[in-house]
Amino acid sequence: MSKAKKRGKEIVTTISWKKALKRDWQLYLMLIFPLVMVFVFNYAAYPGLRMVFMDYKPAKGYDGSEWVGMETFIKIFKDKDFIKSLKNSIVFNFANLAVTFPMPIILALMLNELRYPKFKKVTQTILYLPHFLSWVIIGSVAYTMFRPSTGLVNVALMNMGLIEEGIPFLTEKWHWAVTYLLIGVWQGMGWGTIIYLAAITSISGELYEAAMIDGANRWKRMWHITLPGIKGTVVTLLIMNLGRLMGSDYERLDQFGNSRVKDFQYQLAIYIYEKGLAGGKFSMATAVGLFQSVVGLILVLASDKVAKKLGEDGLL
Amino acid sequence: MAKKKEEVVRGAEVTSDGSRAINKFRISDAIMMIIIVLLCATCVLPFIHIAAKSISGNSYVVAKQIAFWPKGINFDAYVSIFKDGSLTYSMGYSVWVTLIFTLLGMIVCTCAAYPLSKKRLKGKTVITFLLMFPMYFGAGLIPAYLLMSDLKLLDTMWVLILPLIYSPYNMLIMKTFFQANIPDSLEESAFLDGATNFQILWHIVLPLSKSILATLSLFYAVGRWNSYADNKFYVRTESLEMIQYKLSQLVSSASEAQTASLSEAAAVTSTPEVLQAAAIMFVTLPIICIYPFLQKYFVKGVMVGAVKG
Repeated sequence: MSKAKKRGKEIVTTISWKKALKRDWQLYLMLIFPLVMVFVFNYAAYPGLRMVFMDYKPAKGYDGSEWVGMETFIKIFKDKDFIKSLKNSIVFNFANLAVTFPMPIILALMLNELRYPKFKKVTQTILYLPHFLSWVIIGSVAYTMFRPSTGLVNVALMNMGLIEEGIPFLTEKWHWAVTYLLIGVWQGMGWGTIIYLAAITSISGELYEAAMIDGANRWKRMWHITLPGIKGTVVTLLIMNLGRLMGSDYERLDQFGNSRVKDFQYQLAIYIYEKGLAGGKFSMATAVGLFQSVVGLILVLASDKVAKKLGEDGLL
Repeated sequence: MAKKKEEVVRGAEVTSDGSRAINKFRISDAIMMIIIVLLCATCVLPFIHIAAKSISGNSYVVAKQIAFWPKGINFDAYVSIFKDGSLTYSMGYSVWVTLIFTLLGMIVCTCAAYPLSKKRLKGKTVITFLLMFPMYFGAGLIPAYLLMSDLKLLDTMWVLILPLIYSPYNMLIMKTFFQANIPDSLEESAFLDGATNFQILWHIVLPLSKSILATLSLFYAVGRWNSYADNKFYVRTESLEMIQYKLSQLVSSASEAQTASLSEAAAVTSTPEVLQAAAIMFVTLPIICIYPFLQKYFVKGVMVGAVKG
């Protein structure tokens, strides 16, 4: 056994390129396909980033446009729209994390305590469903349910006499913010439980047995056994999510957008689309995209470091 | 009632072999079950409402009398959708695009994951880095748009397929699966028998990986089926738009101006609201129908993916 291991190690470290190609040429041949794809569709786009140092005009192209140095960056940081979208993105991403993150944990704890396997299975299947629906469907369903005058929720509340006129769930910015965030919770809550339920099953049953003999009730067991048992998973996922704080989901924002909630809905992805592709200010939109990518990368690297310091696996 | 009691007893039996069970049904059980049922209701009821609306008579819908049960049942709205034809065409087209996308995606994913799952592969670290980096750093919308323009892909079907078939995330899941589930010894012995890498992959590794192949095919298919932003960015020709984008235009035009944008002939028989409900159902039904069968594969995939990434 140890001999075989040693031999294996030797092969890994000392083999020459010639030998490696001879033995594994088929593997290298396979790799050509994905490598071509990333080079053509990902890496080939990077040179386009040079336009952040230009005043890029679509009609003139890269060769005809003027170099302007750092001017574009100065311009975007003076741009009120950019500041607004950046502020909105950060605030909403933090709020989104704060309300979206705990729900799957709570739900997983509850599902884990359920006593009827069949009931558990059916409810789980139903709770996973929103994860598979597109933002278009979720958005159109939300508008159908929440329209002020004809939406089912408002109609029901009015019929019960609880309100006199429809609540503008999706057409007034503060209501919109709450609805938007809660729909995010709704969409991700069931799916998020999977990973926690898996972590819970790996907790030793003996712990629960011992606790029960000692007279610990359900809540005590939950608090002292289950929660500490999934702490590692919670920390890892939390850190992973921190790495995404600079993100911006265009489809989600687009679906819930309307003229009356622009103040809050105007986030980075919308800025980039509206200023850039729709508005023709290519350099500014690209600079904002680059800013977003760089900050995102820094966040991912930092959160990976933190994860590793805490003794977790890390992401990279 | 009697049946319920029986279930309770059976439930207790099933769990009593597990160490966590207490055999008494408590109030806390009831509370948790109620909460979970309520949450499930939020997932199901909206769709029942929309389904009921889509087959109800116009006057009932206008009078806001439809909750979860249809009144004045008719299928006019669906007939309009089929007569109009633009949504049905788009549905067929979307299925076609999704199939090609999934097939090519699985091929490119396997081509990347299998070699990289081999410890002995020389240059593995560099290649892995090259293939993973785009996941963490994207060039952004505008450079991507100009690239598509340079590649002459704008406004073609392929712009919806080629840029996304290689997915670092899916590759990582597949690679992790290969490393964890295919024993090296199996391949070694085949290697000694004179099998080539291709033969080993085709005859040994892939047959052993059916579950992950199914899972990732679904990830690819659902991902393509659900997203529409690239339709909006890259495609102008209406016949090249996928169904999600069609629905999004239909609904947004209906919610802003209160008129559905299906052809005028179609709009005569049903009010925009009914028509819109039918369109939502038309697009949602395929997912809801196949979803229960696919769900377990997804769960598996998430478990594998959870190992890393």
